[in-house]
Amino acid sequence: MAAWWSKQRKKMKPEVAAKTKRSVPSGLFQKCDECGATVPSEQVKEALWCCPQCGHHFVMPTAERIKITVDEGSFVEADVNIQPEDPLEFRDSKRYADRLRSAQKQVGVADAFREGRATLGGRPVSIGFFVFEFMGGSMGSVVGEKITRLFERALADRVPAIILNASGGARMQEGILSLMQMAKTTAALARLKEAGLPYVSVLLHPTTGGVAASFAMLGDVIVAEPKALIGFAGPRVIEQTIRQKLPEGFQRSEFLLQHGMVDAIVSRHDMKDTLSRLVSLLGPEKQRARA
Amino acid sequence: MPPVIDTRQALDFERPIVELENRIAELKSLGGPQLEIEIRRLERKARQLQREVFSELSAWQKVLLSRHPLRPFTLDYVGRLCEDWIELHGDRAFRDDESIVGGVARFRGRPVMILGHQKGRGTKENMRRNFGMTRPEGYRKALRLMKMASRLGLPILTFIDTPGAYPGIDAEERGQAEAIAKNLEVMSRLPVPIIATVIGEGGSGGALALGVADRILMLEYSVYSVISPEGCASILWKDQKKVETAAREMKMTAPDLLELGVADALVPEPAGGAHRDPEAAADAVGEAIARELSALSSLSPEARVEARYQKFRRMGSFLESGPGA
Repeated sequence: MAAWWSKQRKKMKPEVAAKTKRSVPSGLFQKCDECGATVPSEQVKEALWCCPQCGHHFVMPTAERIKITVDEGSFVEADVNIQPEDPLEFRDSKRYADRLRSAQKQVGVADAFREGRATLGGRPVSIGFFVFEFMGGSMGSVVGEKITRLFERALADRVPAIILNASGGARMQEGILSLMQMAKTTAALARLKEAGLPYVSVLLHPTTGGVAASFAMLGDVIVAEPKALIGFAGPRVIEQTIRQKLPEGFQRSEFLLQHGMVDAIVSRHDMKDTLSRLVSLLGPEKQRARA
Repeated sequence: MPPVIDTRQALDFERPIVELENRIAELKSLGGPQLEIEIRRLERKARQLQREVFSELSAWQKVLLSRHPLRPFTLDYVGRLCEDWIELHGDRAFRDDESIVGGVARFRGRPVMILGHQKGRGTKENMRRNFGMTRPEGYRKALRLMKMASRLGLPILTFIDTPGAYPGIDAEERGQAEAIAKNLEVMSRLPVPIIATVIGEGGSGGALALGVADRILMLEYSVYSVISPEGCASILWKDQKKVETAAREMKMTAPDLLELGVADALVPEPAGGAHRDPEAAADAVGEAIARELSALSSLSPEARVEARYQKFRRMGSFLESGPGA
C-alpha cells in the first residue's frame, strides 16, 4: 500500500476535468490554492491534506482516504482481479491501452475504483472509493462493474452502501459502454433501495458528468466535502454554451446545499464520525437494536 | 422518386444526388416524349450515385444524417404511428420543458405512453424546444409520465433524439444531474414494457434519461454516444477539427452499438435516409416496435424487470482473473 502511494505522489495527471484539478501536496512546501499561503507539506498531511491556515481541502491520495474513513484495518478489498480492456481499440494522441498501462504503473491500481467490505463504528458496510488519481476517476466498464458489485454485495449482506465519489464522469475511451455503466450501476442501486437498505453518497472534489448523473446524486443521504465541484456539465462547457463567466462559487458544495441538492457539507475531519452515525441511524433494524 | 429537396438543406455528400433529382424534376415538368430517355438515364444515375454514397458513409457522415434538419422527429413518428394522441405537459413543479414531449396515444389499438425528445423545425421552434436539449424539468416531466404509465399499466415507448442535456446555469441550479439520475433509477424498476428507439442523435446522459429500456432500437443512421464527437475532439485531441476521427473512434453508429451489445436491433432506413421517405421510415419503426412490444407483453412484470436488470448488468468489457471477492 505504501509503495503505490509514494509512486503516485510524483505525478498526477487526471484525464478528465483537467481544469478543476487540485494539486496533491508534494515536495517540502505546498501552496494553498485557496488562501495562497505556503505551508509545510508535513503539516498539510497531518491536517488530512487540508490547509493548516484556512482549512481548504486538497485532493488527497485514495489509499490515505480509505484509512481515515473506515475503522482501522477493517477494509477488505474485493474484486481486485478485475482488469480494464480496450473494447473499442480507441486511439487519440495515444492508444487507450497505453494510457491504461501508464496509469496503472503510476497509480498502482488496476482502474479508478476500489471497493470492499469494512466496518464503521463497528458496523459492517459495503464501501467504495473513486481513485481520482487514475485517469481523473473516470468511469468505464471496470468502475461500473465494481460499483454494481458493491451494491449487490450490500444487498446480499443486508448492509448499508457507501460511495466516496471523485470523478470527472464517464470515460470517453470506452464510448457507449461507459455511458451504459450509468444505467447498470443505478439499476443495482435501485434494487438495494427497494430492499430497504440505505445508501450514503459522499461527494468529493470533483464529482461531475456521468457519475454525478447516476449513483452519486441518488444517495438517501448525500454529503459533500467543502468547496467540492459538483455538477452535470463542467464549468468550461457551460461557459462556452452561454458565453459568459460563471458566478463565484457556482457548482460548489455550498451552492448545492443552498439549492437543495445535498443534505450536508461535512469537513474531512468529521467525515468518519458522520458516516458512522448515519450507518447506525439508517442501517438495518437489527443493527439499530444492537447499537 | 423521393420528394424534391431544397439543395440548401442538403448535406454536402447529398448535394450531387439532390441536384440530379432536381434536374430530373425540372425535365419532367417540361414534359415531352423526347425527354423520356434522358430522364430515365438521369434517374438511373441518381440511384446509382445514392447507392455509392450511402454504401460507404463514414461515422461522421452518419452523425450529420442523424442531425439532418429534415429528419423526422418524435412528433412526426407519433403522427404516423399513433391515433388518439393527447399531449400531456409539465412536471407539476416548475414548468413545461418543450424539448421533451409526452403523452398518451393508441399504438396499433393499444393505449401507450409516449415520450421523446423533440427538436424544432426552423429557428423559432428550435428556440422554443431548445434544440432538443433538455433541462431538469423536462426529465421530471418524463418521470411523472412514466410513473403514471406504470401505475396504469401502459407500455412506454420512448424516442431518443437529443444533442445532450442542456449545459446551463439554470439547469445546474435545478439539479440536472439528479434529474437524469432519477430517471435511470426509476426506469430500471418499472413493471411495464419499455421500448426506446433512437431516431436521431443519442447524446449522452440526456439520451439515456429516456433509454433504460427492455429493448433499444436504433434507426440505421442514428447515433448514440457517451459524448458528442465535438466534445470528445475538444477534450481528447484538444482540436475541434478532429470531429471525424472522434466520431469514428467512439464507435457510435447503429451497427457499432449492435456489435457492442447495447442496441438490440437496427431499423433499416429508406434509401438516402429517413428524411427522404418519412412514411416508409415510420412504417419500419412501427413494425419493429410492434414486434418487440408483443414479445415483451408475453412476459410477467417480474420477468421483465429481471431481464431488464440483466440486460444492463451484462454491459461492459473487462477481464477477470482468478477468484473474485
